[in-house]
Amino acid sequence: MQSCNFISPPRSLLMMIGFVLTLVGTPSQARVFNPETFTLKNGMQVVVVPNHRVPVVTHMVWYRVGSADEAANESGIAHFLEHLMFKGTKKRRNGEFSEIVARNGGRENAFTSTDYTAYHQTIAVDRLEMVMEMEADRMTNLVITADQVEPERQVVLEERRSRIENEPGSILSEHLNATLFMSHPYRNPVIGWKHDIEGLDIDRILAFYKRWYAPNNAILVVAGDITAEKLKPLAEKYYGVIPRQPETLRQRAKEPPQQAERRVTLRDKRVQQPSWQRVYLAPGVQWGDSEQADPLELLSNIIGSGASSRFYRSLVIEQKLAVSAGVHYSGDNRGPGRFIIFASPRPGVDIDTLEAAVVKQIETVKQQGVSKDELERAKTRMLAEAIYARDSLSGGARVIGSALATGQTIDDVENWPDRISAISLDAVNDAANSIFNIQQSVTGLLLPDDKS
Amino acid sequence: MTVKHNAPLGLFILAACLVLISALAPAAQAITAQQVTSPGGLKAWFVPDTTNPILTIKFAFRGGAALDPEGKEGLSNLVSSLLDEGAGPFDSQTVQQALEDQSIGLKFDSGRDEFSGRLTTLVRNQDKAIELLTLALTKPRFDSEPVERIRAQILVSLKRNQEDPHAIANRTLFKTLYPTHVYGRSTDGTPETVAKLSIDDMRNFVKNRLAKDNLIISAVGDISAEQLGQRLDQIFGDLPARAASWAVDDVVPISRGQTIVIDRDIPQSSILVAERGLMRDDPDFYAAYVMNHMFGGGSFTSRLYAEIREKRGLVYSVGTGLYPFDHSALIIGSAGTANKRAHETLSVLKAEWKKMATDGVSQNELNDAKTYLTGSYPLRFSSSGRIASMLVGMQVANLGIDYMQKRNGYIEAVTLTDIKRVAKRILLADNLITVVVGRPEGIVGTN
Repeated sequence: MQSCNFISPPRSLLMMIGFVLTLVGTPSQARVFNPETFTLKNGMQVVVVPNHRVPVVTHMVWYRVGSADEAANESGIAHFLEHLMFKGTKKRRNGEFSEIVARNGGRENAFTSTDYTAYHQTIAVDRLEMVMEMEADRMTNLVITADQVEPERQVVLEERRSRIENEPGSILSEHLNATLFMSHPYRNPVIGWKHDIEGLDIDRILAFYKRWYAPNNAILVVAGDITAEKLKPLAEKYYGVIPRQPETLRQRAKEPPQQAERRVTLRDKRVQQPSWQRVYLAPGVQWGDSEQADPLELLSNIIGSGASSRFYRSLVIEQKLAVSAGVHYSGDNRGPGRFIIFASPRPGVDIDTLEAAVVKQIETVKQQGVSKDELERAKTRMLAEAIYARDSLSGGARVIGSALATGQTIDDVENWPDRISAISLDAVNDAANSIFNIQQSVTGLLLPDDKS
Repeated sequence: MTVKHNAPLGLFILAACLVLISALAPAAQAITAQQVTSPGGLKAWFVPDTTNPILTIKFAFRGGAALDPEGKEGLSNLVSSLLDEGAGPFDSQTVQQALEDQSIGLKFDSGRDEFSGRLTTLVRNQDKAIELLTLALTKPRFDSEPVERIRAQILVSLKRNQEDPHAIANRTLFKTLYPTHVYGRSTDGTPETVAKLSIDDMRNFVKNRLAKDNLIISAVGDISAEQLGQRLDQIFGDLPARAASWAVDDVVPISRGQTIVIDRDIPQSSILVAERGLMRDDPDFYAAYVMNHMFGGGSFTSRLYAEIREKRGLVYSVGTGLYPFDHSALIIGSAGTANKRAHETLSVLKAEWKKMATDGVSQNELNDAKTYLTGSYPLRFSSSGRIASMLVGMQVANLGIDYMQKRNGYIEAVTLTDIKRVAKRILLADNLITVVVGRPEGIVGTN
């Protein structure tokens, strides 16, 4: 059944994660989520994030596989499989999984990104064992048939129409990613290219499932009214008995040196409001000069997050050239990061005028950096957000699950506030000096089609 | 990040949430709210929560965008974006920087029937947070820079909506259902009306609409009842005692089986259907709520999901929702499908509409719906912000403070006979108004 949620194209996807990670901060000394963790004999890591407000848990299984692990000509297979995971197993008929979850007052869904695929249920804690049994069952016992695959393919194609083809901004994003990444698989959309979705067959989907869905390639995260002591026997009983599979290597095409600035323009008669963006290939926590990841996060916060940030203040308030302007940095994925500047012109302002003003802002940041005061204020803001992050039942599970599924550790998450606190002004300004390399960027324009 | 039911109904979801979110409750585990009365006599529903050092105050003033004067549509929406853009001695940048530096969330929102707001702060920053909220409500500045900036942003968003398929469908639907009533207007106004709104209009809005006698308050967080009372007086104590008098007529939506096709060159047709629903205080409301869950409200288990998505692969998202406003009520269904399959999708949707009205449901379906609706109740309490919103929603709907303890009982009491009666009463397939935006094959407009 079901489906999916799929975290859309890498762009919003990465932005989402960046956002979540931002939420993770906490005052130093305090840890962020204070999770407990252990590993089952078959290699499956288990994490418990306590939150005892109500007798409810969020149960998530994360697989270390996403669209960037797909082979040539099979883009969208990770996401398609995610849909098909709601069909039957050797034990359960088609749709039974969701019926049982619902009958027990549970909510469920799943999502796919470039780097991971995750399945989750939120349910009363006394029903946790039941969903663990069912989730463990579908890790290895999935049964899918042609008469299920064909309607589901149509569902996925409708999802693609709705998210991408009906939305000029999403079409541009697909072109931007395919242009920014010359070789790395982040160039493909998570949902897949239409022709690939149309061509995926059961054998390939099942082969993908067998290869990647295994306890030693999965992480169990349970957040809520539970402790590791209570969870451990259940985890051993349901997940611990699944045999370990041969290790799978995430071998992805590498990105060659980039030497040319690129420009992508989409003119579409559906566009009512033009927009401008520039995406720079960026280091990430696990890619390139990873020491720059935290400084870049601070930099993006200072110059482009919120109504008192530099870009908004200058372009929207003072120069009155834009209705919106800001920056997103996504650096916590497994592969390359992206540093994105965006702006949309005020009515009557020419897009070239706006671009010139944005570029001038970029140059100022590159040459002069940011101030000590701006840095300290950004740190305070980011660290305060940790307290809010702890307020939500599933927020911690999502942050930790995505970190582990992309190759980070729990310590990386828990130490994030200390790392952020320790970043020096020099480090931020060095990052500012190196990130804006136009030869490693794509500029994207979304414009009305004046001819029509 | 993810959407299960796409949101063609986005504009109206908030209104519905206020009511429906508060519609669940397991006896044993419900959170208990208490009423706090301030020294000055203001009342708030309060849930103490010391888990984290956070305080959330949520409030609503009855009378929302429906009260925007004729020709000034979009006024409440514009004001909602300007209250945090300068107040008292502080200009826009000073306020925004203080909010950001102290991690204070302050947001106002204009719905059809209420003008609402929410303050979220760390306990350690509450003095500043409360000062800023108080000033925003009582001494907003409406300086010309922020007014023109926000106006430009709204004009741009209205322009975007002119070509957004969901927005087009929504606008058309409401205009057609309510041709002469204020509910037929866009809550955000039109480019013409927004362009003309004056600073006097905004000041009048604040003077006339933000008062104590139409105010509803809730609070959740790490504060004592006594301290909360003092805070309430500080924030709301200087508001006028009474809002300007107002009246909105009750209205029956007009749906007589019309089909409206709006031609757009897009690959996927956006489909909305709607007709009269039930008011929140209708004795059959809970029956309708349970019926809607089985029919199109339940995400992966509804009949529409099974027939239209699962069996036939016609859509990614399909569903129905109940929309009980203060002065009218709707049931709205939505779907998105490739143009060439729009006719089939609409046919199945209408056939299911008829089938539900004729045959009702089985005892098993009803049992499953009840265990879902009652058992999923505690899942709503996932953050202090959500709890605060529920507490305001309950008051907006005139429910009791013990509603959270009683609510599952109302669901449990719904019988097969109730379902059958209510389905027959509100699911009138031949009356449905249909709006399709796209190039749907085989669907022709009725006029």
